[in-house]
Amino acid sequence: MEILTWTYILVGLTFALYIGIAIWTRAGSTKEFYVAGGGVSPLANGLATAADWMSAASFISMAGIISFAGYDGSVYLMGWTGGYVLLALLLAPYLRKFGKFTVPDFVGDRYYSTTAKIVAVVCALFISFTYVAGQMRGVGIVFSRYLEVPIEWGVVIGMCIVFFYAVLGGMKGITYTQVAQYCVLIFAYMVPAIFISMQLTGNPIPQLGLGGDLADGTPLLAKLDGVLSELGFAEYTSGRKGMTDVFMITLALMVGTAGLPHVIVRFFTVPRVKDARLSAGYALVFIAILYTTAPALAAFGIYNTINSTSEKNISALPEWVNTWQKTNLIHVDDKNGDGKVQYLADPVANELSIDRDIMVLASPEIAQLPNWVVGLVAAGAMAAALSTAAGLLLVISTSVSRDLFKTFKPDISEKKELRIARIAAAGAVILAGYFGVNPPGFVAQVVAFAFGLAAASFFPVIIMGIFSSRINKEGAIAGMLSGLVFTLGYIIFFKFISPELNTAENWWFGVSPEGIGSIGMILNFVVCITISKFTPAPPQEVQEMIQEIRIPRGAGKAIEH
Amino acid sequence: MSSQKQQMKAYWRKNLQTLLILLLIWFLVSFGFGILLVDPLNKIQLGGFKLGFWFAQQGSIYSFVILIFVYVWKMNRLDKEFDVNED
Repeated sequence: MEILTWTYILVGLTFALYIGIAIWTRAGSTKEFYVAGGGVSPLANGLATAADWMSAASFISMAGIISFAGYDGSVYLMGWTGGYVLLALLLAPYLRKFGKFTVPDFVGDRYYSTTAKIVAVVCALFISFTYVAGQMRGVGIVFSRYLEVPIEWGVVIGMCIVFFYAVLGGMKGITYTQVAQYCVLIFAYMVPAIFISMQLTGNPIPQLGLGGDLADGTPLLAKLDGVLSELGFAEYTSGRKGMTDVFMITLALMVGTAGLPHVIVRFFTVPRVKDARLSAGYALVFIAILYTTAPALAAFGIYNTINSTSEKNISALPEWVNTWQKTNLIHVDDKNGDGKVQYLADPVANELSIDRDIMVLASPEIAQLPNWVVGLVAAGAMAAALSTAAGLLLVISTSVSRDLFKTFKPDISEKKELRIARIAAAGAVILAGYFGVNPPGFVAQVVAFAFGLAAASFFPVIIMGIFSSRINKEGAIAGMLSGLVFTLGYIIFFKFISPELNTAENWWFGVSPEGIGSIGMILNFVVCITISKFTPAPPQEVQEMIQEIRIPRGAGKAIEH
Repeated sequence: MSSQKQQMKAYWRKNLQTLLILLLIWFLVSFGFGILLVDPLNKIQLGGFKLGFWFAQQGSIYSFVILIFVYVWKMNRLDKEFDVNED
């Protein structure tokens, strides 16, 4: 069968599955809508968290980024997994014991202040919106590449699917569709990786194949270092960024991960504190399967690409190079007219331009796998984009219905609150879809910074809310605002006002805008502690609440509403 | 101070000790071995990997997984010891 037929069949089947699950798990109460009734098993929650977490960018682009960045790509690998240790040890169990539904709920109660709560809501909305627009765009791109429909139609189809199961099912529907989506996406990612690893190194486990030997007996990574330096590139296994910058970016990504509202909220859905701890462990196992395969796929991809194109006759290039030339993801330009491809670090002489996304998208063809595997990768990429989009939309709708609406109108009925949550989810889907079709220039750049902002705003006040009983509302509000304004200011200055100054000499302490969230976080901590020292301690009932969330027993009878 | 309050203080202190040790390891395997000490470690070979590179792209992630499960196990024991477990 044709690739296109397979793609339609596999994408269609998975969509039918997601919709079926959504109907089966329809949410009936606000508690089911916000936190799936608090009855999700730790294993299911781990699977759902992994799907929620791994976005279109993790699935399609991350391996390709590492292909070209080599060692420097480690910032994403460590940054996007190490955050789960912080989440499991410092946040998830205590927030589960706290027992309400959202991060702004916690900030509002712990800092006994509506102002603090509103600041938290604004941060949550801002982070989630920049993130979700990128996901809708990802859905559109996958549709247009694999199903040969225009990007706009792709976004609209994606919107309809997400609309259906997020609005209808709430957190309950999302959780169980995410479980299915994880299975689809990990299967789609692993099949090509296993076959490529076997072809190159004879080892079916990609994580071991990365350290394995090629057919001629030289280790893959040593060979890659040699080939790349011959062509004028830096060695694959050595870094090009400054050490301080690598350190700060990794820290910002880790802490940002732990501060992302759509990830934190997943830990409100399990029944007990010990389940929240265990569930973070399961989530990281499922994430680690993809994140330890990605660097292998990255090295295999760049090696295969160079090996099958560099100094080869243009007329005799492998078929996948020609297929992907049509989509402009790979481009050959015979500048010196010798009929051969020269892939070189020098941009003037280089004749081959490669889009990073090709390392995953073309992986089935590079491995010469049957056509159904191509359809599978398409379905996997859709699963990754849709699951993340749905999780974010839920945070947005909860923020509006519960954190904004209910704060100002505490006496609305449960039925009405549920209706407002659904309307907010619908509104958010439409807005996200609009940005997916008409992406403002800044979306792609801003998504990476959502982490910096989460690191600089949420993380410090949540941590201190749990581990210090002295931090008060004045400190928390000042800390969040100063962290947020500082980080946002630095990013806006270097990315939008004076992008020409965005070089290592001009950065403060050698930290790039990608890593500045770490400094923002430190600033938040310092301001928060200092201001709290000179203002009155939190009232007695807050002190008691802090003692209460530190002890696991009693989470089962968490506050219903 | 009641004995129950003292018990809770002791529980919290032990909890913080556990966290401190685990977070030190967390820092060591990622920021330590994967970033700060990457150059000296790269002189050591682990199969086809340079050791520092392996920690940055593989070893740190495996360690993170192990750390969380050790934490789960330790905390479940601690909860039982101080009788604050949930079942």
